[in-house]
Amino acid sequence: MAVASKEITRIMATDCGSTTTKAILIEKKDGEFRLIRRGEAPTTVEAPAEDVTKGVLNAVGEIEDLEGRKFLKADEDGVQVSPDSTDGVDIYMSTSSAGGGLQMTVAGVVKSMTGESAQRAALGAGAIVMDIVASNDGRLPHEKVADIRRLRPDMILLSGGIDGGTIDHVIELAEVIKAADPKPRFGVGYKLPVIYAGNKNARELVKEELGEQVELKVVDNLRPVLERENLGPARDTIHELFMEHVMAQAPGYPRLMKWAGHYVDGEWKQVPIMPTPGAVGKLIEAVAEKENIEVMGVDIGGATTDVFSVFSSGEETVFNRTVSANLGMSYSVSNVFVSAGYDNVMRWVPFHMDEADLRNRIRNKMIRPTTIPQLLKELIVEQAIAREALRLALVQHKDLATGLKGVAQERTIGDAFEQTQTGATLVNMMTLDLLIGSGGVLSHAPRRSQAALMVIDAFLPEGITMLAVDSIFMMPQLGVLSEVLPEAATEVFDKDCLIRLGTCIAPAGVNKKATVLAEVTLTKQDGSSIDIEMELGKMHVEPLGVGEKVNAVIKPAKNLDVGNGPSNEWIGELEGGVVGLIFDGRGRPFVLPKDDAQRIEKLQEWSKALDIYPERFMDLEGGE
Amino acid sequence: MAFAYTPGLRVADCTLVRKERRLPLAGETLVNAGDSVTADTIVAKTHLPGNVKMLNIANVMGLPPGDIPELLFVKEGDSIEENQTLGQTKGFFGLFKNTVKSPIEGTFESYNKITGQAVLREPPVPVAIDAYLLGTVTEILENEGVIVEAYATFVQGIFGVGGETRGELKVLTDGPEDELTEDLIDESCRGKVLLGGSFVSYTTLNKAIRTGVKAIIVGGFDDKDLKEFLGYELGVAITGHEKKGITLVLTEGFGRMTMASETFQLLKSREGLLASVNGATQIRAGVMRPEVVIPLEGTETEKSSDKSAGAMDIGSPVRCIRAPYFGKLGTVEALPAELQVLDSEAKVRVLDVKFDNGEIVTVPRANVELIEE
Repeated sequence: MAVASKEITRIMATDCGSTTTKAILIEKKDGEFRLIRRGEAPTTVEAPAEDVTKGVLNAVGEIEDLEGRKFLKADEDGVQVSPDSTDGVDIYMSTSSAGGGLQMTVAGVVKSMTGESAQRAALGAGAIVMDIVASNDGRLPHEKVADIRRLRPDMILLSGGIDGGTIDHVIELAEVIKAADPKPRFGVGYKLPVIYAGNKNARELVKEELGEQVELKVVDNLRPVLERENLGPARDTIHELFMEHVMAQAPGYPRLMKWAGHYVDGEWKQVPIMPTPGAVGKLIEAVAEKENIEVMGVDIGGATTDVFSVFSSGEETVFNRTVSANLGMSYSVSNVFVSAGYDNVMRWVPFHMDEADLRNRIRNKMIRPTTIPQLLKELIVEQAIAREALRLALVQHKDLATGLKGVAQERTIGDAFEQTQTGATLVNMMTLDLLIGSGGVLSHAPRRSQAALMVIDAFLPEGITMLAVDSIFMMPQLGVLSEVLPEAATEVFDKDCLIRLGTCIAPAGVNKKATVLAEVTLTKQDGSSIDIEMELGKMHVEPLGVGEKVNAVIKPAKNLDVGNGPSNEWIGELEGGVVGLIFDGRGRPFVLPKDDAQRIEKLQEWSKALDIYPERFMDLEGGE
Repeated sequence: MAFAYTPGLRVADCTLVRKERRLPLAGETLVNAGDSVTADTIVAKTHLPGNVKMLNIANVMGLPPGDIPELLFVKEGDSIEENQTLGQTKGFFGLFKNTVKSPIEGTFESYNKITGQAVLREPPVPVAIDAYLLGTVTEILENEGVIVEAYATFVQGIFGVGGETRGELKVLTDGPEDELTEDLIDESCRGKVLLGGSFVSYTTLNKAIRTGVKAIIVGGFDDKDLKEFLGYELGVAITGHEKKGITLVLTEGFGRMTMASETFQLLKSREGLLASVNGATQIRAGVMRPEVVIPLEGTETEKSSDKSAGAMDIGSPVRCIRAPYFGKLGTVEALPAELQVLDSEAKVRVLDVKFDNGEIVTVPRANVELIEE
């Protein structure tokens, strides 16, 4: 897929989100690819436009205005991609999550084994998994049939049985799908795409069962043996079918698909439109691999929140993506409120508000999802909701990002007292190296320190963790770019996309007597040093700019851990960022004071320590 | 940028409304292009496949799945009655036979020799769709449905509950700022579509349901009332399937909100006409807003501006849709290109709005919506 980058020097990329369409212009100048401009406009899948390309034209139009150059064709029928570098750009590409993204139902024999592997394959490809049908899911066959019919997925992934394993159960699942005779959401006249990625010995029988009724694609088993997943082929086929079958039915997409592409030796070549989360995942994986670190990324959008992670599991590194389909900041904002509860949202707000008033405000955001907070008070409430959406999304991610279940474990006598289960979560906040936040509420937070405190409060990183945000929310575009021009994607990611907020230092563990969680000595490059006591319940920021480093010696109190094991000293280098070094002495597990006055006092204290809001926020009260 | 795009809700005096009346599955259309239809005319019908019952015959007979076919009395595609014997084991010398009976009436759809499962399907469920509007059939979508068109007054709401309904429009409040209170609803409201002003409470809504009101169009509604009305917390804004005995259309939003005077006056001028109302809202994926359509018989011209959808310019009428100016109406005074800093410290594109009282305020472009036509 990759092409020689010398051919391409000007790139236009868009991401059609459920709320906003974002366009970026990247150009190669003085030998390096850099972000030149960005533009955005509301996504136009909604009436009156009902055509996604309108939003694309508006977003690219904004770049034209700001840049004073033409990038659209004269008749506004697409982005001007020229074969000879004379005008417009050399390549145009796009990602999309508008129109509800890709909605899938997956099926596997055992829910926690092949069912979960199928779920991971679908999620990794950027889908929203609406239902997992399994032989042991507790539903009667006719209930499964009814559920498939009701949900009307865009696509079904059928797996089940390791190679050489059960055939009967796989056929039973195929039968359920056949009986359901599901019709796709869009387009009456086409067959529903079904991917079979299960026991290879059942392929012919599955074809017999489903071949005529659905658009069946057969790929390699995604769980050929219990001990190993092989999700790649299923994921690639999901991408392919998403383009061919699902996108082609959505309003305006056939046109957008024609626009995306470039000239190779004078011949027009289309660049496939990728589901937004699939593209972000590609980028996160590339970063983890390049730096050899554990990375977690979170993208909080209008409708959904995606969490991506790369963690070690034994010798391997494992990529996982989860999507919390109904946790988001606009379309799904009411659902965050419903899922987390009023009290959980309000615990992050340092003033009181009338519940009825707050409920109406949140509903109004839901029905008019493109609005933004004009008042500081509204911003604070929105950031409180974001904390809860992020927290809940992480809970869901931990549940799915696990080791393979059902795998036989070898135990020695030493393990006799340590009964670990298979399928424990791979998410380890202590070993995590880099936490990247993305999505409007984080990327567009008026102060970067707000984004830092939001991710710290929601994810509660432990030990030493670098925090970063996607500066202008361009990871999706860079993800799709990484497929065509990996060099340009990583260059722009390093220089223009990722903004390092700073390192968070957070001792974890229980020591009820400790009032000082850790003693820290920082030695700067000029030889000067600073001593810091991390007091219980306090936060402190030590300024240290982007790219600046200090040598640190951190001595945690007894039983507390900063990354080297309980009670063990940590020695190493800490890197700064736009916020600085953030010393979080609030403890892990973190608990907010129950008393309301104390809670508000603490919130105000931490907000001041990180300078996240202007001074006047101390005087804010509920109401208008 | 000469104009800014912003989504707006349509409020049209008289416009050509085109409604696709499509079956969920292929079926048959019952009208012809050019036919005049009333809202109740059935325009297409079909049968949805019945529910499925899976029956493991091999388990019931206690035999390997492969041995079953020769013992079945029915073949794939046969109609079956409830309690009909589907198959029988040979037994010992004609004794101790195991029989399998059908638990449902319907069709014997298939038997699988590997799993031993039979798929039995209940009889098809008939589905018919009506024209929804008083108008003319302008197009036939072969086997799928029809297009019905009518010149009509068309008002889009922001949020609704409940599906399609219709009734004569009746105005209940004096002005757009008045609440539709319980005492205003009496027997004369039965079967009607009621136009209220700024607000309706849960208590009033309940009385309307008891009185047999078809729909209520009003400015605002409280979220806590919505929870009581639905009986659950609405997570994602996908509505329309509720069976609450009434359809509710909000034109402005949640809370007490004066209905845009233009909307109120327009609807008021249509009192006594038949209004087709749909509360279905889907803010995500497919995007649908609730609507009020009032066909105007004998009218064959549009009365609307030729402004392209979504184009906002100096002088365009707009509505503020977020605090601190929520619900206020005005006109665009300026569209500065450079970003400006808000009270929240966010740096965004803004516009200046001039309110009716002459006051000019700066708001983010994202926080206004265009009032079209």
